[in-house]
Amino acid sequence: MEIKRTIAYEGELDKSLLTRLSALPEGNLIRRCIQCGTCSGVCPLSIYMDSSPRKLIALIREGFGKEVLSSFTIWLCSSCYSCTVSCPQEIPITEIMYALKRMALEEKTYPRRFPVPVLAREFYRMVFKEGRNTEALLVLRLLAKTNILKTFSYLPMGLNLMLTRRLSLKKEKISRPSQLRKFLEAIKEVGK
Amino acid sequence: MNLAYYPGCSLKGTGKAYEKSTLAVFSALGLELQEIPDWNCCGATAYMAVDALASKALSFRNLVLAQKMEAKWVVAPCSACYLNLFKARKEYLDNKPTREKLCRTLKKTGWEYECSGLPEVLHPLHVLTELVGLEKIREKIRRPLKGLRVVPYYGCQLVRPYDGYDDPVHPVKMDLLLEVTGAEVISDYPLKTRCCGASVAGVLEEPGLNLNGALIKEAKRRGGELIATVCPLCQFNLETYQRKTENAGRMPILYFTQVLGLALGLEGKALGMEHLLYRPRLEV
Ligand code: SF4
Ligand code: SF4
Repeated sequence: MEIKRTIAYEGELDKSLLTRLSALPEGNLIRRCIQCGTCSGVCPLSIYMDSSPRKLIALIREGFGKEVLSSFTIWLCSSCYSCTVSCPQEIPITEIMYALKRMALEEKTYPRRFPVPVLAREFYRMVFKEGRNTEALLVLRLLAKTNILKTFSYLPMGLNLMLTRRLSLKKEKISRPSQLRKFLEAIKEVGK
Repeated sequence: MNLAYYPGCSLKGTGKAYEKSTLAVFSALGLELQEIPDWNCCGATAYMAVDALASKALSFRNLVLAQKMEAKWVVAPCSACYLNLFKARKEYLDNKPTREKLCRTLKKTGWEYECSGLPEVLHPLHVLTELVGLEKIREKIRRPLKGLRVVPYYGCQLVRPYDGYDDPVHPVKMDLLLEVTGAEVISDYPLKTRCCGASVAGVLEEPGLNLNGALIKEAKRRGGELIATVCPLCQFNLETYQRKTENAGRMPILYFTQVLGLALGLEGKALGMEHLLYRPRLEV
């Protein structure tokens, strides 16, 4: 076992993530959190998370931004909005998870080769380029960029699709993807 | 009725049966769905994780295309597509800076569009229960599904976070619609809106097996013989994960439009029944 210090000293805390989140309308609301834990209780995926949604908020507020942005938690969030509709303080937790995902992708702090962020990025690229997503191609790219085969057997999925004639390798796209790309690029600029 | 149809990527691929059955049921009820020409992907949950404004922009383009068709409503059967379109429209109406950014940028990149209104976004379930009405559907039932024990499963993004037509945790609209078919609806199924894991279950096996296993197990415990879904991702996860669950499996997972279609007397082929992994015992 590696011996590591398990607590942080106050001087090591860094509240810059809290400051950045507070600049967003949805992010600023985490100041209202009363740490009741309702979100963690209703979250169907919290049993797999390194920090529950409630704890994630505590970490952000106390200055553990680095831990938050490199956590698995944000990528395990399936955007089911259970927490959002149950929070007594009406904090849009799902939207905050999205904001954290965006930061982690931009700063490349997400867990390496973890399939969820890789899927998000590949999906984004495909839609940006073609305007539509081709499910089979997306899975192939995911396989190439993660070690997903170690933990996942795609056999049942592929088998299901083949047995029921739903597997299509035809590339889907819109008629003029370049026009959409132009629009999305311009949006990126104004969004900054 | 002036209904534009937004299929989204899934309904052209893994969710083929959903497209077939939705179109068949709508036409049997005398409703025409006109596909939005050259629609683009809604960005699913992935786009929001990369770029928030671009995610709105994708749906905005689709809504503008529907507006050009002079549609009053856009109908989106996939829950993720529905929510993305709904959110984009809401933001467009409520948030002036976003509206201006979207409009200005769209025009600047060579589109002709006067930034006027945008069509309202509905799910097929809303069209059937709110616009058509249960009474009218009841008149068209040709083959009551007597004795069929159906579990209604709503999943997440249709009812959350916006619950304009129903409750976000305990919805009933699909229950009511399915009752019209003559089936026995298991309305007290407590996991109606418990998430199937969505795309997380699509890439991580353990949560996928666990979440979907629980949904199936409880559906069986309540005496259900098939599950009716409103979303292609739920249908896919619920169906596929049964292949790996010992002894738990083999429950047909249908789209609610397929169940309704059977009661309307439509043929299995028109409803895309051949795309199901497990077939229900009642088919024409
Ligand atoms: S439910 Fe809301 S108030 Fe309670 S811990 Fe979660 S975010 Fe905080
Ligand atoms: S939206 Fe994310 S964090 Fe909230 S309950 Fe669902 S999976 Fe958990």
